[in-house]
Amino acid sequence: MSLLEVNDLSKRFGGVVAVDSCSLSVPAGSITGLIGPNGSGKTTVFNLVTGFIAPDDGEVRFKARSIAGLGPDRIYALGIGRTFQLARIFPRLTALENMLVPVRRAGLRALLSRGQWGHEKERAMEMLSFMDINQVAGTLGGALSYGQRKLLELAAVMMAGPELVLLDEPAGGVNPALLERIAERIRQLNQQGTTFLLVEHNMGFVMNLCHEVVVLHQGRAIASGTPKDVRENPAVLDAYLGT
Amino acid sequence: MTGPGAPAKRINRTAAVKALGLVVLAVIALLLPVIAPDPATTNKAVLTVMFVGLATAWNIMGGYTGYISLGHAAFFGFGAYSFGLLLIHLNITPGYAPFLLVPVAGLLTASLAVGIGWVALRTRAATFVIVTIAFMFIVQLLAENLVKVTGGGAGLGLPYAREWGGAFFNTPYYYAMLALAVIALFVSWWIRRSKFGLGLLAIRDDEDKALAVGVPTRTFKLTAFVISAALVGMIGGVFAYYITYIYPQFVVDPLIGISMVLMAFLGGLGTLSGPVIGALLLEPAQLEFAYRFGASRLYLLFYATVFLIVILLLPRGIVPSVVELLRDWRRRRAVGPTAGGSRTASAAGAGEEPATPAQQGLASP
Amino acid sequence: MTLVLEAAVLGILTGGVYALMASGLTLIFGVMRIINVGHGALVILGAYLSFALFRTLHMDPFLSLVVTMPVMFALGVLLQLVFIRPLKTDREALSVLVTYALALGIEGVLGYIFTTNYQQLRAWYETASFEIFGFHITYVYVFGFVLCLAILGALFLVLYRTSFGGAVRATMLNRTAAQLVGVDVDRVSALAFGLGVATAAAGGVVFGITNSFNPNSHYDLISRLLTIIVLGGLGSLRGAIIAALIMLVTEDITAVVISPVWANFVFFIILIAVLIIRPQGLYGVRVRDRI
Repeated sequence: MSLLEVNDLSKRFGGVVAVDSCSLSVPAGSITGLIGPNGSGKTTVFNLVTGFIAPDDGEVRFKARSIAGLGPDRIYALGIGRTFQLARIFPRLTALENMLVPVRRAGLRALLSRGQWGHEKERAMEMLSFMDINQVAGTLGGALSYGQRKLLELAAVMMAGPELVLLDEPAGGVNPALLERIAERIRQLNQQGTTFLLVEHNMGFVMNLCHEVVVLHQGRAIASGTPKDVRENPAVLDAYLGT
Repeated sequence: MTGPGAPAKRINRTAAVKALGLVVLAVIALLLPVIAPDPATTNKAVLTVMFVGLATAWNIMGGYTGYISLGHAAFFGFGAYSFGLLLIHLNITPGYAPFLLVPVAGLLTASLAVGIGWVALRTRAATFVIVTIAFMFIVQLLAENLVKVTGGGAGLGLPYAREWGGAFFNTPYYYAMLALAVIALFVSWWIRRSKFGLGLLAIRDDEDKALAVGVPTRTFKLTAFVISAALVGMIGGVFAYYITYIYPQFVVDPLIGISMVLMAFLGGLGTLSGPVIGALLLEPAQLEFAYRFGASRLYLLFYATVFLIVILLLPRGIVPSVVELLRDWRRRRAVGPTAGGSRTASAAGAGEEPATPAQQGLASP
Repeated sequence: MTLVLEAAVLGILTGGVYALMASGLTLIFGVMRIINVGHGALVILGAYLSFALFRTLHMDPFLSLVVTMPVMFALGVLLQLVFIRPLKTDREALSVLVTYALALGIEGVLGYIFTTNYQQLRAWYETASFEIFGFHITYVYVFGFVLCLAILGALFLVLYRTSFGGAVRATMLNRTAAQLVGVDVDRVSALAFGLGVATAAAGGVVFGITNSFNPNSHYDLISRLLTIIVLGGLGSLRGAIIAALIMLVTEDITAVVISPVWANFVFFIILIAVLIIRPQGLYGVRVRDRI
């Protein structure tokens, strides 16, 4: 069953066609990789799926329900979380406070959700421990190192228990040891039931972690399948090595 | 660290000092009209406490969300006129009863804020400032031109309690202002502790990221705006009752609007005690300056100078700067290295510069 | 009907001066992303400077521009260096407060020196007028309009034909990218601010000739200017000019067709309509933070 389905999605910015009739699907329970040369539209697809920009054409379905046109906060409440290419956290809040910001319920009801303070704090600390950053719970986000921020960002996104998480370059800018740790955490979260769609340039990371890989080129999906299939696909090699 | 017992003792002492300070302040505040009953002082007290409330209320929007409203004078004036018109048209005998109209004025101001906020919050923070200024001018224009309702430029005269003779007159208003200031502080404190408040602070730090983690930013911003406006409107209502004659340019007064902003900035945006300290410092100074230099317009130069000094030299305000100084001082006094759990931010400011990508890996435990 | 036509023509003529003032304001926003809430006060300052020159040296207001524009340019650069450049963080919000403080300071000083009595810039030929389509237009309005066109034209020349102008436009489009190609954005910012203030001086002269003013007038001015640049789109010069013309023509026609009281509200009604229908204005870009 595909958790996320993108059909003929298109988006242009002025004269530039960023996403061109792109279609892909993310099977529930999988870790799917989204790869492609620079400028192939990967982050734009993310922005379209998570509601930061509106598509010109096509549809996005989450659990068979159309979500195109919804705002990012509604989409998070529906169960899709995302991280950003350059890890974004709230610099003037502590790590723990960062964990407590994510909101499960949409709209006005969010205002009333405060009774969970005690439980949420426990869950937050558990999550921070899971990511091995519980010792900086009281440190301001702005004082954290880049690696800590990346872990914090992922931990915070998981707070509302999203079914699907879009990771934008989770391996970007981190040392090999941390890289392995991140991969391990993703695997564990996946085993606990979260589906992942990740954009990445680090091929080793993708090939080792992902069950499925989709290749984007000039805004279109040109191949999909297991990492092995994709690696041997001539069209993919063409896209990467050609101009 | 001098041992496991030391930090606990230090925390207790800080909390004790804080609590004691608050109690002393509360006692002075409650007994002020008894301690210094002369009208000159009580008048200063009424206005000072008024600004404590105004700055605190403004801070709920400007400090927590980072959306600076320069048009809050619109709500102050609207609250004043609402109260005045209710008082006149409902024919209530002046005395203590009219104070019951204050929450009604607050509710009416809240409704106005919903309308203004819905339009103003369609834009990001930069344009928001402009829109709030524009709305203030609209309200001022309406006050001046809806002559049949507001009396226009000639002003609106309110009935007042004649039995409250000379020296006593200011006292009920003082307590009314004090009550509103306490309410504003309580609301501000409650919001700060809530998930709603955390969402507001997140919006201030990174609005798009807040959206990405589910914070319904428009709803939250509008709510903060309306709460802030309602409080300011109620204070405006009491003010109208106090001065007994309201003119458009003196209640929808940009200077009142800018003063509450300046006080919040001076004390520390987004903190609880900041606006209070800002008001306690600035309002008496302002009154003194206006008294001496009012006629020659030079008091505007005073505003301008204080403002510029505050923004350029103390951009984070008094409270955060003092807190950080204390923290540094305490850290230097402590023996031994501090563990990685401290809350101190980097010296450049509360985490406003991002960590360089070169800092990879985790901090050593 | 001639009344409407007359109002329209007047609207265009006065629209010119608002276009000039608004251009300076939107230029400053475009280059530095700050909202100069003190722009109205700077216009009034320019008016008072010309007024002082007229009082002491009997200088014709238009001629006084030769003195006031360079002086105001230098003042603008100075203000930017001393008060705006030090703002490192939270620049957008703090700059509003700083420029508002500057406006108050200017108002205070002007009030102290010139008192709050209303003044108007005078020229010996101010009552001379000519007739067209059955109504009269005073020459000063036309001179003022021509001046505004000339200065706007000069502004466009600078922006599109000089390397400095190229640097300014680059900074407006993308500050970081401009820095990467070697533009000294700090210097460009200071000079652009000076340029904006110089245009305010020119606007001040024309405004001062066609209106009576006192130090408090900057509030009314800035509320209109801000409305104009929101309609035009923050940072767009073309937008500012077109918006100014639309606003002023609409206002003057409303004054004639409905009533002068309603004319006051026209500005704000248009503002609200713009915010509801198209918040980014005519030529503005929908700003979303870097995703």
